[in-house]
Amino acid sequence: MDATTAIPARRAPGRSLHRFANPGRFLRLAARVQPFLTWPALLLTAAGLLGGLFLSPADYQQGDAVRIMYVHVPAAWLASSGYAALAAASFVSIVWRHPLADLAAAEIGPVGAAVTALCLATGSLWGRPMWGAWWVWDARLTSVLVLFFLYIGHTMLVRAFDDPERGYRAGAILALIGAVDLPIIKYSVNWWNTLHQPASITLTGAPTISGSLLWPLGLSTLGITLGFWAIVVARLRAAVMERRIRGLLSARAAAA
Amino acid sequence: MTRKRRRLVIVLASLAGLGSAAALTLAAFSDNLVFFMTPADIAEKNPAPGQTIRLGGMVEPGSVHHATVEGSPAATFRVTDGKAAIEVSYSGILPDLFREGQGVVAVGALAQDHSFRAQEVLAKHDEKYMPKDVADALKKRGYWKDKGGVPGS
Repeated sequence: MDATTAIPARRAPGRSLHRFANPGRFLRLAARVQPFLTWPALLLTAAGLLGGLFLSPADYQQGDAVRIMYVHVPAAWLASSGYAALAAASFVSIVWRHPLADLAAAEIGPVGAAVTALCLATGSLWGRPMWGAWWVWDARLTSVLVLFFLYIGHTMLVRAFDDPERGYRAGAILALIGAVDLPIIKYSVNWWNTLHQPASITLTGAPTISGSLLWPLGLSTLGITLGFWAIVVARLRAAVMERRIRGLLSARAAAA
Repeated sequence: MTRKRRRLVIVLASLAGLGSAAALTLAAFSDNLVFFMTPADIAEKNPAPGQTIRLGGMVEPGSVHHATVEGSPAATFRVTDGKAAIEVSYSGILPDLFREGQGVVAVGALAQDHSFRAQEVLAKHDEKYMPKDVADALKKRGYWKDKGGVPGS
């Protein structure tokens, strides 16, 4: 490691888009935002799961198996929206060479892989009693499995190079190519007939989930989403500080 | 054109190209991406007897007959999509959600007599979620839109 791995001060200060490129400013802002992510995340997730697992009624067909929804659906939404954030960070990284965007993409990857794994595992647990199969190769399940592999592949690719800059470039290209999977996941249940049911909650129509089953889903979605970002921001702060310390250590080694 | 602007144009152009390539590929392979064929699809495409296919549709109300063959449960029922219907026979345990008027996907093959021998039956769940008392109240007031599907039947 040499001194060039420290984040260079590339940008003139004060330009609106690049204001948060300054790692020092990011660290100060993130330290202030962190508690407002972590605590609501814990409280809302606890409230959502309490409501979903104990207070809400069982479904008329699925019985108690419907309660898997309170984890599965937020995990599925986050798997997709987290990847959208990863692709957006990769876009900023490849076009504007924004150093913070490089780190953000690298840190979103493993967290996204974890929620996608949670989505696949809970879906499988629901599928066995409801459909009669742990897994089927329909378009929805397969496209989400591809998303999981994209997350894993991105996480490994970013860390596979001796020169981190090359890892960020390669990872950004992979993430942008993989973004094609997002509309396929969303519309797979409409474009092709699948075993997976179509969306119950849409932007255009009333939800086809009864209110007494819906409110815990709202709480747990908010909580798990905030939790996702609390973990990503914490990882990002650690990554920025790690970079700074590496830079300082190598500068000291070079001076000695 | 600055280097940043050039990179932006190149990335946007590549994404547009990639997106249309993916869309064309998916459109071309559309037939292979469907999870099941409906009875009308089967009547139209006429797959060879013995070829493994997935048949999907609704269990016709009143068509389910349970039996016991050599000590194990068996069932026959008709799967319909409103246009055509196919007689299905299956031996094994049916999933919890299997009931008349409910969506179902059967994996198996057509026999010579155009009936369907299923090796596996999967229940398809719809996007409606509600507690039992709401479902009962809807039925009592006549707002229930399903043709069958009585809970627990």
